[in-house]
Amino acid sequence: MKRLSYPFTASQIRDARLGEIVSLSGKVFTGRDRLHQFLAEGGRPPLDLRDGAMFHCGPVTAREGGAWAIRAAGPTTSSRQEPYMPSIIERLQIRVIIGKGGMGDGTRRACVKHGCIYVQAIGGAAVLLAGSIQSVVGVHFLREFGEAEALWELAVEDLRGIVTIDTRGRCLHENIRTVSRKALDRML
Amino acid sequence: MRESHWEKNLFDLIRRTSTDLPMDVEAALRRALRMERLGGRPRWVLSTILRNVELARKKDAPLCQDTGTLRFYFRVPVGFDTNALVAVVRAAVSKATRCGYLRQNTVDPVFGCSFPTNIAHGSPVFDFQQGGRKSVDVRLVMNGGGCENVGGQYALPDCDLAAGRNLEGARRCILDSVWKAQGQGCAPGVLGVCIGGDRVTGHEHAKEQFLRKIGDSSSIRAVARLESRMMKEIGQMGIGPMGLGGRSTVLGVKIGSLSCLPASFFVSVSHMCWAFRRRGMVLGPEGGVHRWLY
Repeated sequence: MKRLSYPFTASQIRDARLGEIVSLSGKVFTGRDRLHQFLAEGGRPPLDLRDGAMFHCGPVTAREGGAWAIRAAGPTTSSRQEPYMPSIIERLQIRVIIGKGGMGDGTRRACVKHGCIYVQAIGGAAVLLAGSIQSVVGVHFLREFGEAEALWELAVEDLRGIVTIDTRGRCLHENIRTVSRKALDRML
Repeated sequence: MRESHWEKNLFDLIRRTSTDLPMDVEAALRRALRMERLGGRPRWVLSTILRNVELARKKDAPLCQDTGTLRFYFRVPVGFDTNALVAVVRAAVSKATRCGYLRQNTVDPVFGCSFPTNIAHGSPVFDFQQGGRKSVDVRLVMNGGGCENVGGQYALPDCDLAAGRNLEGARRCILDSVWKAQGQGCAPGVLGVCIGGDRVTGHEHAKEQFLRKIGDSSSIRAVARLESRMMKEIGQMGIGPMGLGGRSTVLGVKIGSLSCLPASFFVSVSHMCWAFRRRGMVLGPEGGVHRWLY
């Protein structure tokens, strides 16, 4: 298992191999459909996202004694961000995407060109992933986008996932798709 | 109707459904884990899932942050006041959202606004049937968006799949649907399938299959055979947990059928993720819990 920590520099992530389990520590940002559309259309991020990790996630939160607590925070389907992701990687220099289900060819190419990896977190494992969140550092666009769609700035420790798109452009999702297609064709 | 009594118990149903995976599903996940190679990636994925299941139960927290469409199935005595039930369910859903057992998970597609209590046009979803019993049987299924998005409906015959209007045609549709979904629906989950019906009833009946227990099989022998064949064949595709490769892609395939028009032959496939949240209870006429289901 490889340990990566914020800021996720190009040299750190270049060594992350396809299919390898990685453990992320430091800071991650959450973002969903509305944030991605906003950023891709040239919207100004409320903080510097360079060398950051974008977690495709809309958490379940609660206010506990005046502070935010994250009760559940699993990944959401990443493919919905495919139209926006390549330009966000390029413009804002995001180095790690955390999500589920993988992404398309545009993102894969942007990962190669600008040095970014895709980490598949375990979909639905929301309590376990919330357990790796140490604290809420900040929240942006809460009023505009709502709780699930807001940009949450989270301090994390040992958030785990599997590298499924690497900086060389290899894609585990695509490999499985090809292998399973062959098996399907034999059965049809 | 003593509303507070009903509301308290329905709140408890929501809380438990969101946080406590049913035993039959958990047992199926453990069987799936044993099928995967020691030290391999699919085994890591499944053990992570099972740790999450245990932790959610222990911490009394939602298993998955997408607390899904809330679908309530009520079987009530003849003449029972279902409007009153709708009112108490709405109150219980609002409370469960405030308490963090449900995410603010309902948005308006036209205006883009969010409904803070999950009460809106079309949310939650109700299904009522009247029966001869004196008790009220209520079941809740939470169906997240990831798996809902990969469901689909086929109108047979389908030339691309060489799928005709028979069980073999249905088999081809199911295989195709699983392949297209890959890991997007958070495998390994359960497939609910309806052969026949129309555009609406087909999907409804496919979803009703989620009320069945993982271990059961169809009472129609040919359909039961198809269910077990699908389990085997889907496993052979190698898609695996979360679509990262492996043997366990589904925990169950549940197939139902409805009569249809001579001109129509639909196969509706609904995907349920591994976070298969389904609970139920039998309530007395005063709203007291007789027993839990599942």
